[in-house]
Amino acid sequence: MNVSIIGLGQTEVKEMWDTSIRHLAWYAIEAALDDAHISKVDALYVGNMLSGELSQQNHLGALVADFAGMRGVEAVTVEAADASGGMALRQAILAVKSGLVETALAVGVEKMTDQTGSAVTAAMAYGLDADYEAMQGLTLAGMGALLMRRYMFEHGLDVADFAGFSVNAHANGAANPLAMFRNRLKPERFASAPLVADPVNLFDMAPAADGAAAVIVTSREKAMDMVPQPVEIAGSAVATDTIALHDRRDVLWLQAAATSVQKALAQAGVTTEEIDLFELHDSFTVLAALSLEAAGFAGRGEGWMLARDGEIGRNGRIPISTFGGLKARGNPMGATGMYQIVEVARQLRGQAGECQVEGAKVGMAQNLGTNGATAVTHILRVAE
Amino acid sequence: MEVSRHWRLQAQRYQLVGETCDSCGVKLFPPRDVCLECEAPAQELYTFTGLGEIYSYTTIYDAPAGFEHNAPYMVALIKLEEGPLVTAQLTDMDPSEAQIGMPVEMVTRKLRTDGEEGMIVYGYKFRPAVKELTAV
Amino acid sequence: MNAYNPTNGLMKPDRPVGIAGYGAYVPRYRIPAAEISRMWTGGTGGVPIKEKAVNGLDEDVATMSIEAARNAMIRAQINPQEIRAVWVGSESHPYAVKPTSTIVAEAIGAVPNTQAADWEFACKAGTEAMQAAIAFVGSGMARYALSIGMDTAQGRPGDALEYTAAAGGAAVLIGPADESLALIEGSYSFVTDTPDFWRRAHADYPSHGDRFTGEPAYFKHVLGAAEALMTAVNRTPADYRWAVFHQPNAKFPERAAQALGFAPEQFKTGLLSPRIGNTYSGSTMIGLTAILDVAEPGDRILMVSYGSGAGSDAFDLQVTERLLEARGRAISTEGYIARRTEIDYATYTRYRDKLKM
Repeated sequence: MNVSIIGLGQTEVKEMWDTSIRHLAWYAIEAALDDAHISKVDALYVGNMLSGELSQQNHLGALVADFAGMRGVEAVTVEAADASGGMALRQAILAVKSGLVETALAVGVEKMTDQTGSAVTAAMAYGLDADYEAMQGLTLAGMGALLMRRYMFEHGLDVADFAGFSVNAHANGAANPLAMFRNRLKPERFASAPLVADPVNLFDMAPAADGAAAVIVTSREKAMDMVPQPVEIAGSAVATDTIALHDRRDVLWLQAAATSVQKALAQAGVTTEEIDLFELHDSFTVLAALSLEAAGFAGRGEGWMLARDGEIGRNGRIPISTFGGLKARGNPMGATGMYQIVEVARQLRGQAGECQVEGAKVGMAQNLGTNGATAVTHILRVAE
Repeated sequence: MEVSRHWRLQAQRYQLVGETCDSCGVKLFPPRDVCLECEAPAQELYTFTGLGEIYSYTTIYDAPAGFEHNAPYMVALIKLEEGPLVTAQLTDMDPSEAQIGMPVEMVTRKLRTDGEEGMIVYGYKFRPAVKELTAV
Repeated sequence: MNAYNPTNGLMKPDRPVGIAGYGAYVPRYRIPAAEISRMWTGGTGGVPIKEKAVNGLDEDVATMSIEAARNAMIRAQINPQEIRAVWVGSESHPYAVKPTSTIVAEAIGAVPNTQAADWEFACKAGTEAMQAAIAFVGSGMARYALSIGMDTAQGRPGDALEYTAAAGGAAVLIGPADESLALIEGSYSFVTDTPDFWRRAHADYPSHGDRFTGEPAYFKHVLGAAEALMTAVNRTPADYRWAVFHQPNAKFPERAAQALGFAPEQFKTGLLSPRIGNTYSGSTMIGLTAILDVAEPGDRILMVSYGSGAGSDAFDLQVTERLLEARGRAISTEGYIARRTEIDYATYTRYRDKLKM
């Protein structure tokens, strides 16, 4: 790809009542600039889903550029529902790769707590088909529930069969100081958690919260001169599917996820066997299972078995959600994809602390918008 | 006030008017003008029978703004007898009655009201198929 | 009162007309009168009916009218584009200003070449619409006209009306006689200014004159209309196999029927109020649909509505052979009544929007 990561930044994920969206973005940008030892970039891509709805603030590109001390820089907001973060990085990569931009910063930011209650639930459904899904009262969690119910039906499963995903996420989140939830989850309590959208319960669903994460990219040659440990973007691919579940050819097959993984693997010249860790979009446990299947780590209907069999842990066959994933680290919608990139890069730098997957050389991140309508897959590799 | 975005969809909401693909013959709901299967133009209108079965379902406890009044309520994917899936609320049934494969039929109900003074939006929902069809 | 000659008052169109299709609707929920009594009288005292039908959270007069209209269309098997009037009679139209009838017309595919209007005359708005439809078709202005009586009636909590004010109704498609399931020989209307029941603008619940609603109101008009019609068409109760009256409770229609000389086997089939309550504008018409579900060709039916304020419309009908093939095409009235889910008073207050949120 000839594009490398030279800076990483992220905030805690939690309810930050005293922090505005511009401050959130700035904290992540500041950390990434410090990490890269620079003070400015040539272009800024802000991944965000809900600032217009929840904070009455659009035009984040100009707002954040100004607030981050980069007035005048090229800047724009990138929106692809909860895949906005991954998509912002994608735009930064395209910009650098094109040669028109030397150094680009992608920041994902979401301020969920400027409103509360049913307004937030309604806003989270803005990524659904407004006329044919949301007007029927379907929510993002409801969509996850329709997937989960059908998955359980086709494969003869119970809610408890999904427990392994959340138990793993919480075990990893417990070791991540920035995670929203740092408590371990007792498997036996999983199936009896309060329902959000039957069968999706509070332990199935990732919690929405505030957060921001940022990544700075530049060309590989320049990166080598700038930082000791550049992480190479080995693959970057995006694919889309229908937003509405009812329009998908196969409800239980994430075609966009599969397509973007195949493209990214081909670009990177690696196979799934060579992927050392996978930050997937576990906004619902069933989505983790479906992502593992679409990526080729499990056969159709078998993704959940990886959780049952302990294959997704730090020492398993394919570690996922290594810093807690969306489930335990927390899910700041439009920022989530950027957290995934920061987390994979930290693993490859060997800076993951207690969350470290030993010897990680190649990592994959996949950010899904509206349960697979947009899939952004990135493969990162330790620079040689 | 929301008006036109609902008004323009009345044929779909009240009568399940979709399309037939001119090229491959597949039935489409919602209408989309370009066939989902073969990507040829699909413009011939087709009114669905409104009969189908439950493909998947959920009960929404955490309702979005505008729907709190009805919570908990059920939303399902319905497999229409002509083929396509449609997302719709289930009505006239308790969550314990629902199961995948259950025959359902379309009815027209209130979907949502736009606040206390705004318009009432009507549209399709599905209920358990009423079997009784002969006079007593 | 001025002297009048009932024969002159008979409303009979130039062109013979009849019912080309009919459909009932009763929502799924029932609250027993004993449950209401438990709330307000500690369960003591008599109750006027066994239970009443209650609409669900997502139902109103528009949605219920649509279902009844669809049932009428299924039975009639006609092209909705040939309908020239869609009329909905109700005292609980969802909007104060905006027709229910256009929603129904749109839903059954009758737009745009049709008349559409909402009617209001307390409990006889539906039969008024029927008379107008008879005139529309009978004059040749229309081949078909759809008349609906439907209500989601409200009674003030604790008031006597709360035991009976119910949800339901029926749709009747009027068409030419040779396409009819039942011929309409003629109708007769009897109206005076009698303030027995009303609801002022912006009031949530109606007010009523209590026992004044009986003799000077219900009985005077129902008996007046029935007797005048029978005189005008030269028939006696013995000529009718079936009779149906507006049914605000179980007792009034029974007393009216007996005063006129009808026997229980003539009026019991159409007397639904003990099991579904008073469906107001729908009350008489859904009694008629219950009769059409079981009547035989040649049977005569007397139908008499009542609307507070006050007036009665009486109709003389005769069933044709076509009824036998048509009626099985849609859900019967008893089919809807059998589709029953009992609710308690708490659920009822939620479904009827009595909870302040």
